Amino acid sequence: MSLQYIGLSEINGPLVVLDNVEGVSYDEVTEIRLDDSTKRIGRVVEISGRKAVLQVFEGTNGLSLKNTKTRFMGKPMEMPLSPEILGRIFNGAGRPIDGLGEIFAEKTADINGKPLNPVSRAYPRNYIHTGISSIDALMTLIRGQKLPIFSGSGLSHNKLAVQIVRQAKIAENSGQDFAVVFAAMGVKNDVADYFRRSFEESGVLQKVVMFLNLSNDPIIERILTPRCALTAAEYLAFEKNMHILVILTDMTSYAEAVREFSSSKGEIPGRKGFPGYLYSDLASLYERAGIIKGSEGSVTQIPILTMPNDDITHPVPDLTGYITEGQIVLDRGLDQTGVYPPISVLPSLSRLMKDGIGEGYTRSDHADVSNQLFACYAKVMDARALASVIGEDELSELDKSYMNFGKMFEKYFITQRPDENRSIDETLDLGWKLLSLLPKAALDRVNEKLLEEKYDPHAAELFE
Amino acid sequence: MNTIFSVNGPVVKVRETKDFSMLEMVYVGTKRLIGEVIGITSEETTIQVYESTTGLRPGEPVEGSGMPMSATLGPGILSNIFDGIERPLKQIEALSGAFISEGANVSALDTYKKYDVTITVSEGDQLSGGDIYATCPETPVIEHRCMVPPNLSGKVIWTAENGQYSVNDNVVKIKSDNGEVHELTLCQKWPIKKSRPFKERLPISKPLITGQRIIDTILPIAKGGTAAVPGGFGTGKTMTQHQLAKWCDADIIVYIGCGERGNEMTQVLEEFSELVDPRTGKALTDRTVLIANTSNMPVAAREASIYTGITLAEYYRDMGYHIAIMADSTSRWAEALREISGRLEEMPAEEGFPAYLPSRISEFYERAGYVQSLNGAEGSVTIIGAVSPQGSDFSEPVTQNTKRFVRCFWALDKSLAYARHYPAINWNDSYSEYIDDLTNYYDENVSIDFLKYRQSISNILLEENKLMEIVKLIGSDVLPEDQKLVIEIARVVRVGFLQQNAYHKDDTYVPLDKQFRMMEIILTLYDKCKKVVASGIPVSAITETGIFEKVIKMKYDIPNDKPEMFNMLTVEIGQQLKKITADA
Repeated sequence: MSLQYIGLSEINGPLVVLDNVEGVSYDEVTEIRLDDSTKRIGRVVEISGRKAVLQVFEGTNGLSLKNTKTRFMGKPMEMPLSPEILGRIFNGAGRPIDGLGEIFAEKTADINGKPLNPVSRAYPRNYIHTGISSIDALMTLIRGQKLPIFSGSGLSHNKLAVQIVRQAKIAENSGQDFAVVFAAMGVKNDVADYFRRSFEESGVLQKVVMFLNLSNDPIIERILTPRCALTAAEYLAFEKNMHILVILTDMTSYAEAVREFSSSKGEIPGRKGFPGYLYSDLASLYERAGIIKGSEGSVTQIPILTMPNDDITHPVPDLTGYITEGQIVLDRGLDQTGVYPPISVLPSLSRLMKDGIGEGYTRSDHADVSNQLFACYAKVMDARALASVIGEDELSELDKSYMNFGKMFEKYFITQRPDENRSIDETLDLGWKLLSLLPKAALDRVNEKLLEEKYDPHAAELFE
Repeated sequence: MNTIFSVNGPVVKVRETKDFSMLEMVYVGTKRLIGEVIGITSEETTIQVYESTTGLRPGEPVEGSGMPMSATLGPGILSNIFDGIERPLKQIEALSGAFISEGANVSALDTYKKYDVTITVSEGDQLSGGDIYATCPETPVIEHRCMVPPNLSGKVIWTAENGQYSVNDNVVKIKSDNGEVHELTLCQKWPIKKSRPFKERLPISKPLITGQRIIDTILPIAKGGTAAVPGGFGTGKTMTQHQLAKWCDADIIVYIGCGERGNEMTQVLEEFSELVDPRTGKALTDRTVLIANTSNMPVAAREASIYTGITLAEYYRDMGYHIAIMADSTSRWAEALREISGRLEEMPAEEGFPAYLPSRISEFYERAGYVQSLNGAEGSVTIIGAVSPQGSDFSEPVTQNTKRFVRCFWALDKSLAYARHYPAINWNDSYSEYIDDLTNYYDENVSIDFLKYRQSISNILLEENKLMEIVKLIGSDVLPEDQKLVIEIARVVRVGFLQQNAYHKDDTYVPLDKQFRMMEIILTLYDKCKKVVASGIPVSAITETGIFEKVIKMKYDIPNDKPEMFNMLTVEIGQQLKKITADA
């Protein structure tokens, strides 16, 4: 039986200070018991001699300097794991909240995880079919990748995430199991409910592990939520050989929780008040995606973040973009014109795409089509900028055909129904037809032989 | 015994001791985590720990090592992959599995592997610091030369026979002037934060040939030079670094993955072991060393990774090799400085970065150079550092301070990257100060016209830039024909010359000669078209012949080893244009 310390010597925001403690280790978990015998969980964030600073996950409401008994657990925060976690719902700190009782643990694991040795990683190459043309053709999702969705408040990122989950053939041809780990951080109750219902409707609920820290839940607990979720994901992927898709939403709320915690600790703020270590902190989450050599499973991450004020240079999207392997950017302008999914093609990117497409993965002409579509769409933007100055009528013939291409591209290629699942052949053929709207000479990114074979102005006439 | 007093993230403090010296390497806690002393006051000593401090508690022992953080230098460095403090990741994997656990105590070099050593000195020889006393083939392409540590000298009193030795075997004994006997093995240690001495700096005169047209021709970098590659995310910093690492004509590549993605390091590992070095015919890994501190590895080791990398580079430079260092990304290193500085509660300067940021950056880049080493060999260290500006804003402190200390600035551009124009180096914002230094080289080795052509190409781009201002306002239709031609030719330059396809077998590396011939063709085309346009024929008539597209595709159509095909292209240009003139 370990020692219990009665009382506290200081309370400041989510932090409490204990004096005269002994044998406490850094990052250790503590259990704080109140007079009314409710329990709260804390973690040691700083020790200095016999003084320990603890962070209380459920907040310090109702704590006083003498109504607590604190016990140090002698180990870092751990999470009980077993295959039974599939289909269960947990709170942000990894406790079951679906009323089905505790998890009978096969093992427990430190939720902070450990860095994956680059030597042990297998380079991700297998393409995940999502059935969404813009993603499949232009920013292909690869198994083991971390590909965030940069969105804004009020855009359809949730709908898109659900569509990806429903249509993603993540375990194709390998006969293996796949599962979804869903972590909600500071999202509204109805958003969490929307996800739950959607999982239920598409019949995958038994394959989903949910971690919910809603917007009215304690903020400090939010810092644990993605860590618990990723610990569960790593366990299922690397020990149970499953393909795991992790959805983390909303990373902006998570980063704000980190900021709040940092400022209550009195740390020196960096840009926009976020602590200087935000990059390392986010990296410790995003880097927990990948494939290990010799293991059958994989962890693929789709973090969702809302850009405050739609600003892509805000620290959260900015740092995320530096860590993740590409991004899918949603655009308010497209959304307003009724385009779903409102994916802004030009700033979107998948870094792992180049090794996961083409012969043997998708189709041999994939790289050519996607490069050409990107290049042509960039020209569309130039033409539009020009048209807004001199008027569309004054444009040259070539620019006019770009304008037309842009319109058709958005209408037929980007736009699709939320339940529409396009095959990769359909998507790429559609790309060729759209490119055929342009004069042949304008297509300078494709191999000539391919161009001869696929360029078909008659097919393009069908677009209106 | 000294014990831990406080723990705050990677910063550990010890109270009331005078046992430690500044920058000394220490072992912290019962797990013997590796740390470094970064501050001493009469009351407390501050240590930064290079590993995760989870589980550390006050009262655990702290033990000094008596020497500064050092790199072990000897055969076995090449084709290896290390973490930030020179621990081989493969051995760590063998020890702790796929996930790295702390306290892994492994030696930097394989102490069992035997090398085929040739002793190059004999008894009675007088040796001084830097002299070579033994050689061995480290990889099929690089001969390792064991050098007397710079601070030692003396007479050889014993040598081993030529034969098979491992790194810690004694091969030569020397007696210094004060009578002390030193046993020399195949390896030595050197403190990573101190630059290795050399005889003198030599003037910079040779380019580092990369096979990338925009770099070699427009923005060249010299051997022994420094370059910065700033760019927001997704603009191709890493891709540029990979291309340079694969193709540049340095003897050895030191690739530092500093706070970057784990998958990228895996990619380098896999790709480089499959790729064949065009110059040696052997795997690229034979001349490469990787240092990986991925973004989720401990932050203090991120700072060290940069210094470890440059120390390894300087060691090979002293043997007489040309080294190129790719540091991806120096911003993460600067952020590591900021993080540690914040934990130490130092007064921040700009944007939370410590006031010593500029001096650290300049110290790092000053370790580049073309030198004559202590043993008289010529070698160089070229540094190419990626910078990841926050919010893609080049006015932030790391980019600005880096700009002051490098002489080559390859600014990556978001709009080029969006249009999938790679390498996305913006020719208007970038610069290279090495042109003057390299004039002689280009004149003698490529052609006397090389720099003249380069200037003409630059002028076309510059003129286009001016014209585009007008086009943006009123469209291109209203321009006079000669200006329309400039815009067409500039397009040929951008798409046909500057844009380069890293995935095309010929285009991924283009020798200087071909670069020269390509410029020549473009300029010939321009000259001839100018005459045609002057005779009153509209540019659209020339466009219709498809000759511009033909020239743009020459990078794919003309293989690197068939320069004679350029003559055919010149003839074709002449014929096509003659035909138009005749028709009109």
